[in-house]
Amino acid sequence: MNLSPLLAQWNYVLVIGLMMIGFYTVIARGNLIKKMVGLNIFQTSVFMLYISMGKIKGGTAPILTGDATTVYSNPLPHVLILTAIVVGVATTAVGYALIIRIRETYGTIEEDEIISAINAQDGHQDAS
Amino acid sequence: MLAHAPILQIIIPLLAAPLIVLLRQRDLAWIVAVAATALSFLFSARLFLQVAATGEPIIYEIGAWPAPIGIIYVIDSANALVMPLIAGIAFIVTLVGRGMIEAEVDARDHTLFFSAWMLTIAGMLGQVATNDAFNIFVFLEISSLSAYALVAMGAGRDARALPAAFNYLILGTIGATFYVIGIGLLYMLTGTLNIGDLAARLPEIGDTHTGFAALAFIALGLFLKIALFPLHFWLTPAYSFAPSAVSALMAATATKVSVYVLIRLLFGVFGLNFSGMDEVGTLLLWLGVAGAFAGTLAAIWETDLKRLFAQSSIAQLGYMAIGMGLMSSAGLAATFIHLVNHALMKGAIFLALGGLAMHVGRVTMSSIAGVGRQAPLTVAALLFGGLALIGVPLTAGFISKLYLIRAQLDQQLYVIALLTVISSVLALVYVWKIIEAAYMQDRPKDAVVIRETPAMWVGAWILVIATIYFGVQAESLVDAAFRAAETMLGDAQ
Amino acid sequence: MHDDPVIRVISKVLIPFVMLFGLYVQFHGDYGPGGGFQAGVIFAAAFILNAIVFGMNKGRHVWPPRLVLQCIALGVVLYGGTGLVSLLTGGVFLEYSVLGKTQVAGQHLGILLVELGVGLTVASVMVGLFFTFASRLSHRRFMKIHNDEEDSRTERAKA
Repeated sequence: MNLSPLLAQWNYVLVIGLMMIGFYTVIARGNLIKKMVGLNIFQTSVFMLYISMGKIKGGTAPILTGDATTVYSNPLPHVLILTAIVVGVATTAVGYALIIRIRETYGTIEEDEIISAINAQDGHQDAS
Repeated sequence: MLAHAPILQIIIPLLAAPLIVLLRQRDLAWIVAVAATALSFLFSARLFLQVAATGEPIIYEIGAWPAPIGIIYVIDSANALVMPLIAGIAFIVTLVGRGMIEAEVDARDHTLFFSAWMLTIAGMLGQVATNDAFNIFVFLEISSLSAYALVAMGAGRDARALPAAFNYLILGTIGATFYVIGIGLLYMLTGTLNIGDLAARLPEIGDTHTGFAALAFIALGLFLKIALFPLHFWLTPAYSFAPSAVSALMAATATKVSVYVLIRLLFGVFGLNFSGMDEVGTLLLWLGVAGAFAGTLAAIWETDLKRLFAQSSIAQLGYMAIGMGLMSSAGLAATFIHLVNHALMKGAIFLALGGLAMHVGRVTMSSIAGVGRQAPLTVAALLFGGLALIGVPLTAGFISKLYLIRAQLDQQLYVIALLTVISSVLALVYVWKIIEAAYMQDRPKDAVVIRETPAMWVGAWILVIATIYFGVQAESLVDAAFRAAETMLGDAQ
Repeated sequence: MHDDPVIRVISKVLIPFVMLFGLYVQFHGDYGPGGGFQAGVIFAAAFILNAIVFGMNKGRHVWPPRLVLQCIALGVVLYGGTGLVSLLTGGVFLEYSVLGKTQVAGQHLGILLVELGVGLTVASVMVGLFFTFASRLSHRRFMKIHNDEEDSRTERAKA
């Protein structure tokens, strides 16, 4: 099996690895905080995708130096990712705020315990 | 000032949000919200009339940087149709929703509630107006994050709003992140993020694995946002446990905006001839049918009315997906017609439910027993909305079903047309259950006596009258929808 | 942590430099890596360090939660306001060139103002998030402190 294209594009391998780790954590873990951590890893992999896409071989940091012959890396993905990072921070903040409220209301942050608490409440409500 | 209408319709709600926080007064918050949504509606309606008259898209360059260097807003027939819809419904819900909000949200949270409200509306309008793919993501997240917070505000009434909002957050963020991955892959291919530019460059260089992957990621991310079966499980809890005004706003607007974004990306960027579009079309078609049945059947078994109509939304979004999956101008026009009509119908229904909820709390089949005599106008609005959902003639729902089935018959898809008709007729079952509960049962002696106030039915009836108007005088809407579909499909038909 | 002399002294010495560095990053966004978001986070780190080391009461005394909320809104208004001003003085939205006598001067001023708005909002958001989470108060109790402070202020004003 020819591994050299895979090794040449090792940044994409890294991105996919992180993406799948994060995605799996979101789906497979029942603890709400672990879901948020998985979501963060998932979003971080996307940041890596954009930034590694912007790097040009032999390119330096995209800050104007006045020398007309410098090769710069692409600054646009950096700006896009800055925005995406802010979005990620905001999402994380809202998520953890919700987790704190859920903890105060249901006393637990495990998804299955919350569902059984809701079902118990529902049964109680419908019976009354 | 009118030359700046494309940006003002978004900036006014967006700046109203921090203004409301700075003013710190509950009553002023509502007034500012109403004023901002009214101005937004006026600007977007003006833009619609302008584009309808000239047929030429209006281009607005942010910061005076031309495309593709800068971000531009392009108002063509497609988004000129959707924007006044969103702004108008936002205005009506804000206007009449004050009573519902005061009944369900703690008084001290009102300023922050209205702030998040304005951010959601601004985010939705921004998604529709912009012509830059990453700008769509930014506004999508502005709208979604505020929506998660708004849904969670329902926790005062029902604590289940919190897990519902958390679930909505996780799934919504996954959808948005998939969309960003797709945009990243497109940027890698073409070097641009401007939608018009992407559409121009993709046909030559797009026929690669990267292009196919980009299509897959974008489609999947947006399928999650439009609650296409089987990615629809977040919608029912989020809409049923949110405060009534929030359910009304979101059921009528949020998913419609995502449908528009999906149309814009699939047809406006990738185009019908892109490799993989046929598979996407098949998926949309059959998942739409599955969603139509799943939603309708689930609604039949529901006793909580907000959950019932949330499940019904999934079915209606299924019809819009079928329209998109037909991959034709007629199908796309049918989707646009149904988009407008569903927004009006669901807005009316959820506003009526909110009016009832102000008095009975949880609106279930048992709590609205016999309510037809005590709150006749409110329940009548609910009834008309339900009839429109089934597709009874003289309502807008009939027009959208008619054009959808016509588009299906155009392609000789008789099975799908039959399935569409069957699922529409099935909706009769749950509408009948509601009619029976509200009109034919006696109100129990110990139930809450409802004194009907105009605040309960005014907003719902405005939307019902619009539904009946578009059911009888459908030409203006149908023409606008066909113009929108043709603009979206461009030359490649 | 406030009874550990090493941490106390070091943080008292470092916090002003952290804030200074935050301001440096803010205003050098034009010429190097930097700008509103990074600067806002660094600036907020100083306040958060103060609150961690010296306690939440001292931390909230330095930047009251009520003011944090206003600063968040103020930053957004600053950004949008810059865009609106350029709209009202003849350009399109966020066209910085019309803000100054020359195009370059206008661009400098415009970017400076919007980045300032971003930095203000981001710093306030970070500090606000920390106050909300770290005091382990629910939002309702956070706003209760906000409203209690307001009520006691109005009472003192009346007396």
